[in-house]
Amino acid sequence: MTTRLSSTFANGPALVTFITGGDPTPDATGAILDALVEGGADVIELGMPFTDPMADGPAIQAANLRSLGAGTTTADIFRIAAAFRARHPEVPLVLMGYANPMITRGPEWFAGECAKAGVDGVICVDIPPEEDPELGPALRAAGVSLIRLATPTTDAARLPAVLEGSSGFLYYVSVAGITGLQQAAQTSIDEAVARLKDKATIPVAVGFGVRTPEQAAAIAKVADGVVVGSALVDLVGKHGAAAAGPVGELTRALAQAVHSAR
Amino acid sequence: MTAIPTANSYRNQPDERGHFGQFGGRYVAETLMPLILELEREYGKAKADPSFKAEFDDLLEHYVGRPSPLYFAPRLTEELAKSAQPGMGAQVWFKRDELNHTGAHKINNCIGQILLAIRMGKTRIIAETGAGQHGVATATVCARFGLPCTVFMGATDVARQAPNVFRMKLLGAEVRPVTAGAATLKDAMNEALRDWVANVHDTFYIIGTAAGPHPYPELVRDFQSVIGKEARAQMLSRTGRLPDLLVAAIGGGSNAIGLFHPFLDDPSVKMLGVEAAGHGLDKEHAASLAGGRPGILHGNKTYLLQDDDGQIVEGHSISAGLDYPGIGPEHAWLKETGRVDYTSVTDTEALDAFQLLCRTEGIIPALEPAHAIAAVKKVAPTLPKDTIVLANLCGRGDKDIFSVAEHLGVTL
Repeated sequence: MTTRLSSTFANGPALVTFITGGDPTPDATGAILDALVEGGADVIELGMPFTDPMADGPAIQAANLRSLGAGTTTADIFRIAAAFRARHPEVPLVLMGYANPMITRGPEWFAGECAKAGVDGVICVDIPPEEDPELGPALRAAGVSLIRLATPTTDAARLPAVLEGSSGFLYYVSVAGITGLQQAAQTSIDEAVARLKDKATIPVAVGFGVRTPEQAAAIAKVADGVVVGSALVDLVGKHGAAAAGPVGELTRALAQAVHSAR
Repeated sequence: MTAIPTANSYRNQPDERGHFGQFGGRYVAETLMPLILELEREYGKAKADPSFKAEFDDLLEHYVGRPSPLYFAPRLTEELAKSAQPGMGAQVWFKRDELNHTGAHKINNCIGQILLAIRMGKTRIIAETGAGQHGVATATVCARFGLPCTVFMGATDVARQAPNVFRMKLLGAEVRPVTAGAATLKDAMNEALRDWVANVHDTFYIIGTAAGPHPYPELVRDFQSVIGKEARAQMLSRTGRLPDLLVAAIGGGSNAIGLFHPFLDDPSVKMLGVEAAGHGLDKEHAASLAGGRPGILHGNKTYLLQDDDGQIVEGHSISAGLDYPGIGPEHAWLKETGRVDYTSVTDTEALDAFQLLCRTEGIIPALEPAHAIAAVKKVAPTLPKDTIVLANLCGRGDKDIFSVAEHLGVTL
């Protein structure tokens, strides 16, 4: 089946960009998302803020706090998503976050809201394949991709379970760690992506610790997508509601680097 | 006492996926998943290995000082009976786990987990702590076995538990203050999980309570069950019968599950878990069962204090050890099955009970078991005189004298 995600990745290596929804305020997020698209981002990851972002480093932790401090609610996130979909009918939009806000009104409610808002996929940090019944069936029934994470600790024995029920793309977390801090050696990324692509029938995107166009270009040579988050979120932290300009600039440089591998 | 058949037992949880009914489970990032599966396998092997149990038992006896005494509290019993109707006023007994090495029940679990860490070839230990009791116990076993130890502790707790911070440092541990969120136990646990995910290759995370991803709730319960196993045997040998009511304070719930679990299939034994009602259930509190609903945090599904969007609400309790917005998943299950009753007491009631025990029995309890004593104070006068109430005195109060003094308006 052709989806917004599959046709995007079919064009060659994609730039996947993350920002936290509602950071610095729910009203400011739309302009920052537009700057990502105008800068050349191919897939948008919209972070759902959570009080306890256990897998995130200081940059995204701070973004979560700013967003919640501004009063961002789950309803705001879906409003932001629906408005984005209306402005950008073709750009894939993925929600990323933690389990509790996603399941708190029931997984069917969440999956239904995703479908209504035009969300293409969901990345949930703390629902591994072992707990798939918590969210996976509801998303699949609603036609929303469940995008799973593979990590350096996901060995060959586990990989089939991770891929089972995954769709959209596989998100390779290139370092055993939290977002935005260490950077993986390029050789280890090359090896891991080769290993994953050998088994995966969906595109493989690489993230965690990718901050510069140079890193992005190197990863784009081997992977189907490059995810950049903390570096963009840092700009939002620094420039607040005026972040669209600087975010667009960095996105442009990253997009050029990623797309040059096409 | 007839044992309930296995199929109907309350003691055969969790299932093979680590679930206690709808609770528990393994809600962790993919990076940690292979590691907790390995821990589950290794714990299974350790349970089947007589040498593991032998070493655990030996350390509990000669290093921790077990068995802890079972104590009948005559003057507290008498004092509480004063307000009772004729013929009423239950006997109050205590399981004296405050007499353990390091002053609380926490060390039982730390001994078990560090033996597992060593079996798994891990060379670095991390832990989270609230009141500092689990941090001290972890630092203690790390010193005993010569492993480096990093303890994550909320900055608020570092300030209100200064003596325990110094103890951990004396024992050679590094204490890392955590400033995120309300800077208490929940935030310390987030930071410990972040450290763990970045150091999975060499690091073992000694979780302090019967919560977190499977198999932690099970293994912490098993290590703490020494409390209930001893108490059951001691009570039978001293009185020839089982207690009628068990009472224990609950933050995450490890001392309570440790006392309760060996009695779960004794139908005559009632159980009461006591949560921290803080300033009151209609104000700031830490009573997840009374004021929360099921959700997912820190690797398990359980009752959580949260808003309509599933954002976690900060707990509050005078006791740093109870100041946590969740509860171990087995308690969530025991509540739903109705096997255990749960109640809550306020900061003020706990402070009163703290002082009552000091004056009537010459025992300074920690603020955590002071919550259990406050519940005993309410329930004992309503029960017949021959009733036996057994409360878990899970920690001693040395660490709390500064904060109690402050609450009582005394300058030290």
